[in-house]
Amino acid sequence: MDNSLDSSHSASFWRKYVFSIDHKWIGIQYGITGLLFLLFGFCLMLLMRWQLAYPERPLPFFGAWFGELRMPEGVMLPEFYNQLGAMHGTIMIFLGVVPLAVGAFGNYFVPLQIGAPDMAFPRLNMASYWAYFLGGVTMLISFFVPGGAANSGWTSYPPLAVIATTGQTLWLFGMIFLITSSLLGSINFIVTIFQLRAPGMTLMRMPFFVWTQLTTAFLLLLAFPALEVAAILQLMDRLADTSFFMPSGLVVSGEIQDYSGGGSVLLYQHLFWFLAHPEVYVLILPAMGIITEIIANNTRKPIGGYKPMVYALVFLGFMSFVVWAHHMFLTGMGTAISSFFQATTMIISIPSIVILAALMLTLWGGSIRFNVPMLFALAFLPMFGIGGLTGLPLGLSTADIHLHDTYYVIGHFHYVVAPGTLFALFSGIYYWFPKVTGRKMNEFLGHLHFWPTFISMNIIFMPMLIQGLAGMSRRLWDGGLTYADTTPEGVLTGGILTAGIIGLHKVISMGAWTMALFQIPFIFNFFWSIWWGKKVTSDNPWEATTLEWAAPSPPPHGNFATVPVTYRGPYEYSVPDAERDFSPQFQETI
Amino acid sequence: MSDAIPYAVDIRPDTGLNNGKMGIWLFLASEVMLFGGLFSSYVLLRTGASHWPLGVDEGLNIWLGLVNTIVLITSSVTMVMAWASLKMQDFDKFKKFLGATLLLSCVFLVVKAFEYGGKFAHGSVPSKNTFLAIYFVLTGVHGLHIIGGMVVNGYFWGPGSKMWKTDPERFTGRIEIAGLYWHFVDLVWIFLFPVLYLL
Repeated sequence: MDNSLDSSHSASFWRKYVFSIDHKWIGIQYGITGLLFLLFGFCLMLLMRWQLAYPERPLPFFGAWFGELRMPEGVMLPEFYNQLGAMHGTIMIFLGVVPLAVGAFGNYFVPLQIGAPDMAFPRLNMASYWAYFLGGVTMLISFFVPGGAANSGWTSYPPLAVIATTGQTLWLFGMIFLITSSLLGSINFIVTIFQLRAPGMTLMRMPFFVWTQLTTAFLLLLAFPALEVAAILQLMDRLADTSFFMPSGLVVSGEIQDYSGGGSVLLYQHLFWFLAHPEVYVLILPAMGIITEIIANNTRKPIGGYKPMVYALVFLGFMSFVVWAHHMFLTGMGTAISSFFQATTMIISIPSIVILAALMLTLWGGSIRFNVPMLFALAFLPMFGIGGLTGLPLGLSTADIHLHDTYYVIGHFHYVVAPGTLFALFSGIYYWFPKVTGRKMNEFLGHLHFWPTFISMNIIFMPMLIQGLAGMSRRLWDGGLTYADTTPEGVLTGGILTAGIIGLHKVISMGAWTMALFQIPFIFNFFWSIWWGKKVTSDNPWEATTLEWAAPSPPPHGNFATVPVTYRGPYEYSVPDAERDFSPQFQETI
Repeated sequence: MSDAIPYAVDIRPDTGLNNGKMGIWLFLASEVMLFGGLFSSYVLLRTGASHWPLGVDEGLNIWLGLVNTIVLITSSVTMVMAWASLKMQDFDKFKKFLGATLLLSCVFLVVKAFEYGGKFAHGSVPSKNTFLAIYFVLTGVHGLHIIGGMVVNGYFWGPGSKMWKTDPERFTGRIEIAGLYWHFVDLVWIFLFPVLYLL
C-alpha cells in the first residue's frame, strides 16, 4: 500500500472506471449518479402533480404501470402519494442535489482549484462514493417492499414514522449509508483544502468556490451525526420496540399501543433539524460558490468584496448551527426558545445578503458576456433572492403560525433550491464542461434549455406562495378538494379553499410538465457534446483566472504536469496596465 | 513518485500536521457530535421522565462496570506504550504492547457480553423502559466502536505491521492515529460509566 497515484498505466477496467481512486473520475461517478437521481426524483414529482391537478382521475398512458397496490385503474392511492412525497424530498436532497454540489463539483474542482494532485485520501474518497451508491440502492429497493417506500414525509417524524411500514426501516438504513458517505467525504475535503494547497495558495487566495466547499464540509462533518443519532434511536423504536420517541398512552386507530412510553417526540425533531437546518446551507453554499466563479469570469472584473464574502460565509456556517428550531415554532416548545431562534434566524439572513449583494454589485459596470453559464448564474440571483426573502415571514414565530406546513413553505424552499441551487448546478455544468471533456456544450440548445426552464420554474413556484397564503396545507393528497368552498358565490367563508386557489394546481402542473419537456434539450446536449461538441482550442476557453484552467482538458492522472505556483488572488480580471483582461493565478507577471 | 499525495507522512509547516493526523482529529470531532447527540438525548429523556431508575435498580453491576473501566484505561496505557516502543525502534516490544491492548479489549467485550446476557435472562430488554433503552444504545454504539478499534489494531498487529520494514515512519504515524482513536473510545466509556452505573 504505497501512496502513489501513478497506477493509471496498468490499471484494469475495474480500477479505472468502477473502483477508481482518481478524484476526477469519482467526481464524474457522483455527477452521473446524482443527475440520474435528480431525474428520478423529478419524475416522482411529475406523478404527484397529476394527482394534485386532477385528483381521482386516472393517469393516462402510464397509469397502468404502477399496479393495483399503488394506482388501481390508474387512480393514485393516498398511501402511494405519501410515498412519492417522502421519497421526492429524500431523493432530491440527499441523493440528487448534495451529491452533485459536493460530491461531483467539489470532488472534481476543489483539488484542481488549489493545485493538488488528488484528494488527501483517495481510497476514502472511493469508499465515500460507494457508500452513497449503496444508500441510493437501499432507497430504490424500498419501493418494492410490502407497503412500499417510506411514507412519513422526508422528515420522518415519529410517532407516525415509528408505526409506518417496512419502507421506513430501509429509509433509515439508507440514511446511515448516506451519513457514512458524507462523513468520509467531509473529512477528505477539509484535509485536502488545508493540507494540499499548492505553493503560494494562501487561504485568502483560494477561489470562493473552495471556501464554500470548506464551510460545507464542516457543516456535514458536525451536523450529520445528530441525524445518525436520530436514525439509530428510531431504528431501535421500530426494531426493538423501545420508546425513545413514543409518548405514553399513544392511541392509534382506537387502540392503545404496546409501548413502555416515556419517550419524547420533540427529541426527534431537535435531532433531525440540528442536521437538517445546516443541510439547507449545504444545499445553497456550493451553489453560491459556483456562481461566484462564473459571475467573476463573465463580468471580467474582480468580485465586489472577496474578503467580506469569505467572512460572511464563515459566519453563515457558524450561525447555521443555532437556528434549527425555527422549524419547530408550532411544537409548543415555549415562547422563550422561540424568541431565541427567531433572533438567530433574523441574524443569519445578514451574511446571506452580504454575499448576494456583493455578487449583485459585481455586475455593476462590468462588460457582461451573456453566455449560457452566465444566464443561469444571473437567474440565480433574483430567484435565490425571492427564496430568501419569502423565508423571513417563516422565521418570525408569529407569522409562522399561519404559514407553517402550507404551500407557502414549499414555494419558499423550492425557490431556494430549484431555481436557486439547481440553476447554479446547471450553470456549473455548462461552465466546466470544457474542462472535463475538452468540448463545449451547444449554445443554442443551452438557450432552449434556459429560457423555458426559467419561465416554468416561476409558473410552478409563484402560485404555491399564493396557495400557501390562502392556507392550503402541504400534505393534502387530493390537492385540497376536501376543503373546497361549496358555499354559493358572494358568501364569505373563512378557512375554506376557493376554486381559484385549488385551480392553481392545474397551472402549476402544466408548468411542471412544460419544464420536464424542456429538460430534453439539456439531456441531449449533454450527451451529444461529450462526443461531438465543439472542441476547445485552449485549456482556458473562458479566459478564466483560477488554477483548474492551468491543467490540460481533461486533466490527466495527477492533474498538473508540474506543481502550479500561485502568484495572486483568484479574481484578477481587467487589471490596469495588464496585457490581457485576465491575470491567472498561475501566471507570474500580470 | 512525482505525483504522490504530499504531506502523507511529512508535516506541513503551516498547519503543523500531516494528512492522517488532521483527518483523525476531524473524525473525532464528528464522533464527539455523535456521542454528544446520544448524551443529549439521555439528558432530555431523563429530565422529561416522571420516574428514572438508578442503574443498580435495573440490575447493573457497579463492580463489573468498574472492572471494565480499569481494563479500558489499562488498554489505553498499553496503546501509548506500543507507540512509544516504535518511537524507540523496538518492534518486539510494540508487538507485545499492542497485543496486550487487543487482549484487554477482548476482556472488555467478554465482561460486557456477560452483563448483556444477564440482563436478557432477567427480561431487562431495551423495550422494558427508557433507561434500559438508552443504556443498550449507548453501550451498544460504544461496543461497536470497540470492535472497530480492534479490527484496526488487529490489522496493525498482524498483516499491517509489515510496513515497519518498508516505511517505519509512516507505520509509526498510523499507530499514533489508531491510538488517538482508541483513547477517544476509552474517554467515552469514562463518561458512560458514571452516567449509566452511578448517577
